[in-house]
Amino acid sequence: MIQRNSIWSGIDWWTILLFIAISLFGIMNIYGAGYNYEQAFAFSFSNRAVKQMVWLLSSLVLGLIVLFIDERTYDVLGYLLYALMIALLLVTPFLAHDIKGSHSWLNIGPLSLQPAEFAKFFTAIAVAKYMSCYGYEVRSWRDLVIPFALIGLPMAIIMVWQNETGSALVFASFILTFYRQGMSGKVLLYGFLSVVLAVLVLRFAPIPDSWWDAFLQPHQRARIELTLGIREDPSGVGYNVAQSLIAIGSGRFLGKGFLHGTQTSLNFVPEQDTDFIFCTVGEEWGFVGSALLVIAYAYFIIRLIHIAERQRDVFSQVYAYAVVGIFLCHFTINIGMVLGLLPVIGIPLPFFSYGGSQFWGFTLLLFLLLRLDAVRINKLK
Amino acid sequence: MTSDRYYNRSYIIGGIVVAVAAVFICRLFYLQVIDRSTVGKSESNALVKQTVYPSRGMIYDRRGELLVYNRPVYDVMMVMREMGKEFDTVAFCRTMHISEQTFNERMQTMSNRRKNPGFSRYTPQPFLNLLTAEDVSLLQEQLYRFPGIRIRKRTLRDYTYSAAAHVLGSVGEVSKRDLDNDPYYAIGDYAGRDGIERQYETLLRGEKGMEVLMRDVHGRIQGSYQNGELDYPPVSGQDLTLTLDIRLQLLAEQLMQNKMGSVVALEPQTGEVLAMVSVPKWDPAVLVGRDRSQNYAALLQDKHKPLMNRAVQAQYPPGSTFKLIQALIGLQTKTINSRTEYACNGPESLPIKCTHHHGSPVDLVNGIEQSCNPYFWQEFRDILRQNGGEDDTENLHRNYDRWRDYVVSFGFGSRFPTDIREQAAGSIPTSQFYDKHYGRSYWRSKTIRSLSIGQGEILVTPLQLANEAAAIANEGWYIAPHLVRGAFTDKHQTAIDAHCFPIVKEGMQRVMTNGTGRYYNIADLQMCGKTGTVQNPHGKDHAIFIGFAPKDNPRIAVAVVVENAGFGATWACPVASLMMEQYLTDTITRQELKERMQTAILIQ
Repeated sequence: MIQRNSIWSGIDWWTILLFIAISLFGIMNIYGAGYNYEQAFAFSFSNRAVKQMVWLLSSLVLGLIVLFIDERTYDVLGYLLYALMIALLLVTPFLAHDIKGSHSWLNIGPLSLQPAEFAKFFTAIAVAKYMSCYGYEVRSWRDLVIPFALIGLPMAIIMVWQNETGSALVFASFILTFYRQGMSGKVLLYGFLSVVLAVLVLRFAPIPDSWWDAFLQPHQRARIELTLGIREDPSGVGYNVAQSLIAIGSGRFLGKGFLHGTQTSLNFVPEQDTDFIFCTVGEEWGFVGSALLVIAYAYFIIRLIHIAERQRDVFSQVYAYAVVGIFLCHFTINIGMVLGLLPVIGIPLPFFSYGGSQFWGFTLLLFLLLRLDAVRINKLK
Repeated sequence: MTSDRYYNRSYIIGGIVVAVAAVFICRLFYLQVIDRSTVGKSESNALVKQTVYPSRGMIYDRRGELLVYNRPVYDVMMVMREMGKEFDTVAFCRTMHISEQTFNERMQTMSNRRKNPGFSRYTPQPFLNLLTAEDVSLLQEQLYRFPGIRIRKRTLRDYTYSAAAHVLGSVGEVSKRDLDNDPYYAIGDYAGRDGIERQYETLLRGEKGMEVLMRDVHGRIQGSYQNGELDYPPVSGQDLTLTLDIRLQLLAEQLMQNKMGSVVALEPQTGEVLAMVSVPKWDPAVLVGRDRSQNYAALLQDKHKPLMNRAVQAQYPPGSTFKLIQALIGLQTKTINSRTEYACNGPESLPIKCTHHHGSPVDLVNGIEQSCNPYFWQEFRDILRQNGGEDDTENLHRNYDRWRDYVVSFGFGSRFPTDIREQAAGSIPTSQFYDKHYGRSYWRSKTIRSLSIGQGEILVTPLQLANEAAAIANEGWYIAPHLVRGAFTDKHQTAIDAHCFPIVKEGMQRVMTNGTGRYYNIADLQMCGKTGTVQNPHGKDHAIFIGFAPKDNPRIAVAVVVENAGFGATWACPVASLMMEQYLTDTITRQELKERMQTAILIQ
């Protein structure tokens, strides 16, 4: 048995600092988005900013617990946890209430949790466990069949069974960790090229309605067409994005100031404290504030890459890149959507959008990585 | 570790992160720094700029009696886009005390673009107009229940007396031209359209205030923007005190009813207009509110042209009232003196016959008293013959031009540069005019003899006639007539020296004691006057009178014109005489005269 160093000495405090700073700035903006000009602030648990503070504090406790659990637990229990999670995803629709057409929320006492938000965590563990098996190496396509199955299963359940396309798409981000482990780079290149091709085709050569209907629901088609500029409908399907762009644009260079955003405070942007929270930043903190937030996120993710690269075992590295991929995916899709660059796909901005499940889910992802990183010194190369 | 050979891929992944961030920052830069179109959109989304109208200044008469004031009215406005599907029509109708049928009818009228060309679902549209404070009080309390409903307060003009419409003018919706010329106005604003309301618009209107309110996505008002930092309160318009004496004005309007013509009364020392009447007239209250445009159109089409302010816009030859000016010019140029006499052959006189019966020869005072045409013709001829006779064309021109200069020094032939709007200038012909008409050396005094008795090519306005009376009363100077106290004080000196006036005034007093005005004299008031009967090629003669009283320290000067009435002595003189009595003694002793004048109908 090798003498273990203290957890505290190995923790990447920079990451924790960024995590807390981003979360606090998020709470400020949730407060701004829900601010009501007529009523002064009252400390109440019905205020979403207060609730988000509670989510943050509970996450810190959760993170602390994760930091103290031996990481080998996950290695041992990886597949079992994965199986339990799949089972939970399957039963959720039977237990869940219908919220905007999706059946993905479970009410547990006062809490409302979305199991899909935790699925990413357990899938990441399972994938890391599989890819860190002794002798495993990505040599050919056949080696990737199982990892793809591991991410494809929850993805399919969430998309088809729970009707949550956004959450499901995030599982595609595991490709990043496959790539890092040796999957051919051509996949990324071809993927990128096929998106460009699809955009060009859609833009300049209208495809028949029946093709659309075969793959997408009408609202999804409309969102894609809006983003590509094929369709314009600022008062209908395009309302969210149109108002979001007005909010961001009217913030100008320095912003309207904290609590002075008229677009967000007066509810012109729907979902403004969840998926569209970034437009509150744009309106109240201007170019300076929003660019700084983008830079902070980019730095946060690059920091995670840095951490991933210093891992000494495959499990940790695979897991670390899964985390990198998930955060990058949320960051890109969420802000891209709010800025009108990508179709509307309802996924949150990590540690920033209002919401408990995702906050806890991201916390689990991040703190397990920090745990792995803190004890890496004890591992043999 | 096995995957070390893929170490470089970490840089590619890092590169992707940096690329995504760079794209986002470029996009943010475009949206927030380059593209400016969103600022206005966010403001029009959230901010409601509400104009707060100031109350318009009140108008008082010279004694402080209130003439024009404001009556608050309320319009219920609707922004249909903000009303939403959940709008509680039943509750709204109950609050407004209207039936649902009325509601539907009003909605239809409002959204019918033919009836309401400015209709839009996005802007406040008038649902019900001109309601009283009582009508809207309940709605005011319950307004929060009805998104998209606003109450707009406005004020309408109201009048204490149905008088002086021409002077006061009216307030109406601003014209396209006002909107273009003055950025102060917005469509639908009200502004003075004519008269005093127009002339003193910038004083009376005050300054509009502004409230910037915020509304949420449902159009509900969420309070004031930035704690009202951008708000500013309206500034009430200034009150105006006119020079009019409303009692004198009312009397004059009574005396002139059912006639056509005008009356102007001035205070000679100050040029202040004490009364200004033009008949036919209208009740100023009819040009207010809902029926304004309809009533205005009716007035516009009336064959008697009531909208014309005859006191300043009508132009007539001055007739015999002009003999006073002739007398003064003769004295000033030393063509005559107080003892100069001329022969009169009565109706056989040539080239102008005399219409009155008196002895011959006559002197100046008698000439004025008897309004002797031959006297003033001979005098005018002599004025033009001075210093070398009239056959010397140059001398005739010199004399004529000098004569004309004297005439225009009384204000004839031009507009007074004061606050009285839309004056006609009148016209005193120049020597060039006759040169053009007859040829330079082909006209003599006889050619233009009509001028000697105030007929012919000469045109004056009643306002100018009143000013003539004031200038004579003042013995040589006048202050241009005006309607607001203290606004104009420049003393205009006529070209006639003061010493010429007493004898003319003596003549004017004799008109009242012995001459054409003798039936309407009140000796104690030292009335002075001159009647005139102006030939009218289109019908019956116009009756004219000018005068002032008392002879020493005169306090009122009056000019009266009654169109198509006949003798000035019969129809114009009594009006002036009664007005002088009213103004100087505050009573009317000659009730039967007043009665006769009031009931006389001289309008076709």
